[in-house]
Amino acid sequence: MKKDKLRRAMMFVPGNNPNMLQNSGIYGADSLIFDLEDTVSIPEKDSAPYLVAGVIKHVKFPCEVGVRINHLSTPWGRTDLETVLPSKPDFIRLPKAESAEEIKMIDEIISEVEYKCGFEPGSIELMAAIESPKGLRNAYEIATASPRMMGIAIGGEDFSTSLKTGKSLSGRELFVARSMVVFAAREADVFALDSVFSDIRDEETFTQEVIQAKEMGFDGKSCVNPKQVEIIYKIFTPSQKEIDHAHRVLEAYNEALEKKHGVISMNGKMIDAPMIIRAERVLANATAAGVYKREE
Amino acid sequence: MSVQIKPSQAGTLESSDILIMLAPAEPGTGISIELVSPTIHQFGDQIKKVITDTLQANGIKDILVHANDKGAWDYAVEARVKTAILRAIS
Amino acid sequence: MKNAAGREIPGSIPGYKEFTPYAGPFVTHPTVRKAGPVLKAVYPGADKVVKTLDEAIEASGLKDGMTISFHHAFRNGDYVINQVVAAIARKGIKGLTIAPSSFLDTNDELIPYFEQGVLVAAQTSGLRNKLGQFLTTNKLTKPVVIRSHGGRVRAIESGELKIDVAFLAAPTCDIYGNINGVDGPAACGSMGYAMVDARLADTVVAITDNLVEGPICPVSIPQHQVDYVLKVDCVGDPKGISTGALRITSNPRDLVIAKYAAKVIEHAGYFKEGFGMQLGAGAASVAAGKYLRDTMLREKIAASFAIGGIVGPFCDLLDEGLIGTLFDVQSFDSRTIESIKNNPRHQEYDCTFYANPWNKGPMVNRLDYVVLGATEVDVNFNVNVMTDSNGIMMGALGGHPDASAGAKCTIICAPLMRGRLPMVTDAVQTISTPGETIDVIVTDRGVAVNPLRQDLMENLKGSGLPLFSIEELKKMAYELGGTPKPVPVSDEIMGVVEYRDGSVLDLIRRPM
Repeated sequence: MKKDKLRRAMMFVPGNNPNMLQNSGIYGADSLIFDLEDTVSIPEKDSAPYLVAGVIKHVKFPCEVGVRINHLSTPWGRTDLETVLPSKPDFIRLPKAESAEEIKMIDEIISEVEYKCGFEPGSIELMAAIESPKGLRNAYEIATASPRMMGIAIGGEDFSTSLKTGKSLSGRELFVARSMVVFAAREADVFALDSVFSDIRDEETFTQEVIQAKEMGFDGKSCVNPKQVEIIYKIFTPSQKEIDHAHRVLEAYNEALEKKHGVISMNGKMIDAPMIIRAERVLANATAAGVYKREE
Repeated sequence: MSVQIKPSQAGTLESSDILIMLAPAEPGTGISIELVSPTIHQFGDQIKKVITDTLQANGIKDILVHANDKGAWDYAVEARVKTAILRAIS
Repeated sequence: MKNAAGREIPGSIPGYKEFTPYAGPFVTHPTVRKAGPVLKAVYPGADKVVKTLDEAIEASGLKDGMTISFHHAFRNGDYVINQVVAAIARKGIKGLTIAPSSFLDTNDELIPYFEQGVLVAAQTSGLRNKLGQFLTTNKLTKPVVIRSHGGRVRAIESGELKIDVAFLAAPTCDIYGNINGVDGPAACGSMGYAMVDARLADTVVAITDNLVEGPICPVSIPQHQVDYVLKVDCVGDPKGISTGALRITSNPRDLVIAKYAAKVIEHAGYFKEGFGMQLGAGAASVAAGKYLRDTMLREKIAASFAIGGIVGPFCDLLDEGLIGTLFDVQSFDSRTIESIKNNPRHQEYDCTFYANPWNKGPMVNRLDYVVLGATEVDVNFNVNVMTDSNGIMMGALGGHPDASAGAKCTIICAPLMRGRLPMVTDAVQTISTPGETIDVIVTDRGVAVNPLRQDLMENLKGSGLPLFSIEELKKMAYELGGTPKPVPVSDEIMGVVEYRDGSVLDLIRRPM
């Protein structure tokens, strides 16, 4: 897992809308996902891949660009890959992943195209969305099915439907699944991404979901609108207070190392190993987000 | 080899898109393009060139094209023409 | 010869005054005494109220070949301009020059009067819709003269534009001619443009649908400037005059631009307690105010004044104490009209006070920042707000050149691409504001600083803004949308764009 990379906000962009595709780079999302799946109607499934491949080649985006393909079991999944891969997206996102085999199949197709197009082998990454209990059960295997795998996400709408319920405002039906996705991601050392929240007018509930996602250990959240990107950053970017605290923790730690103190304390509080790891992560995130510069 | 063409269309009339309509033409009549665009002065020739190049690259020599442009960039013109061809020959 | 903005200008233009080409923003100076209206006396017992528009036109002494004027504070709700011209036409008067402070969307109805020769020349700040199309493609005996708001007052006060009769729509008027803009069904707020015409036209006819005995209070235009008062059923549609409370845009692209603009203000070097600003009424400019508010609160910095056309969100800043005084030449929405009526720190002022380059100092001179829009900008930072992508007059100079010349830092906001068209080009179609008065271009894909302003460039480094050279922005735009072919134009001169000092900045030629 590349530690310096941030994937706080992964913004979905409908794959059949040139206006939205070509302007999606200006909102500062860490990752863009051009969508060929849910936001593309069935009669347009044949046209969106051309558009997505075209925009990736034509526009220099300031961030990584992925493509969500249709599942390989649909009539479009394979064509999506064949059309889009030669434009060299940074990653492919597979929806409704249920097994390591699916990932391996896609991995092979990608490898072929990489070879044919002369791309560096392994340069196109993969991520998968867990949207069913079966997928959840296999989450770790999915996350480790290919060295291309850089992350797994939870797809909340489909998952709650498969539980015979719906996505509630509180999201309690997804709590366990969310946690398990984070567990699997951490074990596999890949990114963990939370589900989208599609009511863009309800900023309050969205904000609550983002806070929850951060607290649960997700690296970021998928989103559908520039406004949501802003909210995600507000919550995921370490605050000045957090940065200052992390800084003090590490200072105390380094000082103790120099002086060979056994017990490290700050303002009378003991500093233990997890605190140091957390402090390092806060500063790493702050550095990547551009709100903190490490002193040499 | 000549390709069997049936009338087809692709694209939309939304901003930054282009609606491409293809209709079969008699062999030997070539590619004829009827283009409506808000920026016909600035980009009319370029849009026609992209349409022509894309058709030729797909082996189509004789066809009637009606294009209603809403400010599409080259990649979108090309993508819509490709889709229209796909739909015309499938 | 080429003027200082690099445009080829002939030595003389048929139907236009003797002129000097634009030589720089502060190079052409006044040489004459101020012009004024003819002296008149109205004695006790006189009755200024006339019964009909016909009677008003007769009383005004309007004759063939004269110049008439109107104000544009009623915007798209105005009923007066079209009504008056129709009445003039019915009386058989011909050969008039029409010189409103600006034309409106509703003035397409004037086209037949140009065709019939009732109107033979036009001088304005802006043109829109079919009238703009008509005047760019149908030659009058004289080219249309395009002036900024400040430039228009300069032209009137220097005697270059002599107004014979001003027909002034008045939201409230008393029987002796006192006018205000804040009361009545057609309340429009500030009368800033009309105040100039009232002071300087030979004859002033007030047209109102809210005639009161009076004297009224407050008074924006005093009775001693008004010859006649006419009551009509309706001077305008309140819905078109004020748009209701203006809402800040939710267009994400405009918000990106607005955020960058607010950041430029914060870091460019003049963001200090007591600074002065003007934010245009465009979506991005207004939204910049929203982000600027956050910055002002965070940094505990307030502006001492804000000027320009005023919109509701700035009234909120006034109420919050983040702006000391609002100087209002034109009130854009109902919130603003409410504020100018009730808040003593919301000051009505006229257009000479706002923007006239040839007086003892307009408010624009005191601006630290102005944020404005543009149709296009070129690599020399010249701005076009006057002609559209087909070369048609479809915009307005407004106070753009005035505020740009006055402000220490002029910020232009626009998306880099409009559809396929680049906003940053090799050369704008029409120069409406010269590049040497423009400092920063803010687009959704990057920000460029005028190389003349190394100081700003230094200040903006490290601000986190995506800084590019203007050439880089142009290149980016051309790569995305393609290189546009220039719009072919003929030699025929349809419009003359005057710089605010009356020199010729650019010419508008008939598109082929």
